[in-house]
Amino acid sequence: MTTIAETRTKSLLYLDNVSVSFDGFKALNALSFVVEPGELRAIIGPNGAGKTTMMDIITGKTRPDTGAVLFEDSVDLTKKDEADISQLGIGRKFQKPTVFESHTVWDNLELALNRKRGVFATLFYTLTPEDQKRIEEILTTIRLTHRRGELAANLSHGQKQWLEIGMLLAQEPKLLLVDEPVAGMTDAETAETAILLKEIAKTRSVVVVEHDMGFIRDLGVKVTCLAEGSVLAEGSIDFVSSDPKVIENYLGR
Amino acid sequence: MITNFILRALDGKITLTVAILLVVAALVPALNLLTTPDSALHIPTYAMSLMGKYLCYALLALALDLVWGYCGILSLGHGAFFALGGYAMGMYLMRQIGSRGVYGNPELPDFMVFLNWKELPWFWYGFDWFPFAMLMVLVVPGLLAFVFGWFAFRSRVNGVYLSIITQAMTYALMLAFFRNDMGFGGNNGLTDFKDILGFPVQADGTRAVLFAMSAIMLSLCLLVASAITHSKFGKVLVGVRDAESRVRFLGFRVENIKLFTFVVSAMFAGIAGALFVPQVGIINPGEFAPANSIEVVVWTAVGGRGTLIGPIIGAILVNAGKSFFTGAFPEIWLFALGGLFIAVTLFLPKGIVGTIRQGWTSRKTLRAAADQEKGRGTALLPQAAE
Ligand SMILES: Nc1ncnc2c1ncn2[C@@H]1O[C@H](COP(=O)(O)OP(=O)(O)O)[C@@H](O)[C@H]1O
Ligand SMILES: [Mg+2]
Repeated sequence: MTTIAETRTKSLLYLDNVSVSFDGFKALNALSFVVEPGELRAIIGPNGAGKTTMMDIITGKTRPDTGAVLFEDSVDLTKKDEADISQLGIGRKFQKPTVFESHTVWDNLELALNRKRGVFATLFYTLTPEDQKRIEEILTTIRLTHRRGELAANLSHGQKQWLEIGMLLAQEPKLLLVDEPVAGMTDAETAETAILLKEIAKTRSVVVVEHDMGFIRDLGVKVTCLAEGSVLAEGSIDFVSSDPKVIENYLGR
Repeated sequence: MITNFILRALDGKITLTVAILLVVAALVPALNLLTTPDSALHIPTYAMSLMGKYLCYALLALALDLVWGYCGILSLGHGAFFALGGYAMGMYLMRQIGSRGVYGNPELPDFMVFLNWKELPWFWYGFDWFPFAMLMVLVVPGLLAFVFGWFAFRSRVNGVYLSIITQAMTYALMLAFFRNDMGFGGNNGLTDFKDILGFPVQADGTRAVLFAMSAIMLSLCLLVASAITHSKFGKVLVGVRDAESRVRFLGFRVENIKLFTFVVSAMFAGIAGALFVPQVGIINPGEFAPANSIEVVVWTAVGGRGTLIGPIIGAILVNAGKSFFTGAFPEIWLFALGGLFIAVTLFLPKGIVGTIRQGWTSRKTLRAAADQEKGRGTALLPQAAE
């Protein structure tokens, strides 16, 4: 039997008993959740289950009322803000694709690149051959090389989602939080995205929130089902989707 | 590194604008000083000072564009920074009057004698020394912007709320400066200036130099603004404008980015005010009036925000229009200004320069696409520095 202490020593992200309420409504209710280094994890659950709120808590956008949020077993994320948490190595893709529309694809990636981010460092920054190479690599990974000079505003919805994932890669995070990446994508784009995320997960931990069950099956990883702010079931997709509580709360609806 | 920063500023249109400003800086004073009044080319002194005033307004609009057009901070209080720069210059000019005032007091400006003050307040110390006063032209607006921005940006005041508190800031300063016991001449402000660096303020030669300085400082600030906006920092600024939370989640400290830009912008506005005061001969609390700051927004919108050059053109055009209207039909000026703002918002949301640029870019894109089809496409790519 493993004790709490043992689980903790190998977690990348550790949420324990986290609760938060908005005007009396409990969006998260004693949520506990652990991500191990190198893990790719899928999260499912009905609308309003608290999936996005959980990401808000991890990235410092929302403060929990109670509970612990630890990164690499030592850093208390509830004491940090968005910029600190990003610099610690947690990247986040928003539910609605958020890229810099009036910049080119290239510039979007250049801005995201994990370099010094202070006022003077950015004022005097010059693109180095090394940075150029890194951006070109990412362009290949996210399949946007041919659109590098295009304004992000002119990309298709799916391409914007990929660009945002590319920006997260440029940050070189240890943990990537991806909120509903395939919403609004075509079937072909969805399949490509599953491949892309598996590729990315080879070198870092990824947490994906998604509704698309086909996509989750493609990923073939451990699944956590949230409902009403806490964990309903956790395990393989077949295990979770045969759980009567999951069927009642989510799949059956 | 620094050279790259400076070289990036010299984008074609900016270089052209700077060249034009420098030619104007030489030509207008020459036509004023070197031609006789009956010559067809003569520019009378009053006209030169009027144009100098427009250039100061242009610099103020440029300052606003940096925060509004690039960073999305709609300041409705930039007139305050302009007025503070103006007061710093005014205090220097007051101290230069010396014993030539009505009361002949060598130490105290007339209004202090009138108030029965016995000695110079501490905050007037040093203003008789030109370099100190010029430093204060930058420091005072910069410091106010720093303190204001520190609190506002850290507590993430955004959008309309931020605009309203900037407006409240300039309004509060106006009320404060109206008070006689503040020590800045109250209602009447600072005026009756005699000389600057030993040269009579009214003389044609001095006016010519002040005009030239206005054009030169405008060029200089334009170059600084261009260097900022062409750097990676400038791209981050636009990011803050368009998707602030994305910038935060990429690990940038948005509050510091805004603070730096706000302070630089306030300093530009201070320089504009300092050049304005000797050319119009007075600074009074009216310069803090909220309506003034709103007018700056109109100039910037008309010219095209987020273009640097647009606000300069907008400020000059609108103020030339104002001079014409207030002379010819004084009663309709405000309606004309309001109408202009509505028309621009509805029909030219990108302003004059923004609209021209948009047309130009779409033609360029079309041509690039056509070239690419012919198989001789040149990729529009950034290249790494060696
Ligand atoms: N900032 C907020 N203020 C008020 N209610 C919120 C806020 N954020 C989330 N909620 C509420 O919390 C619940 C969980 O939302 P969310 O985390 O977005 O769900 P999910 O992403 O799982 O669909 C919803 O009922 C939502 O309305
Ligand atoms: Mg959600």
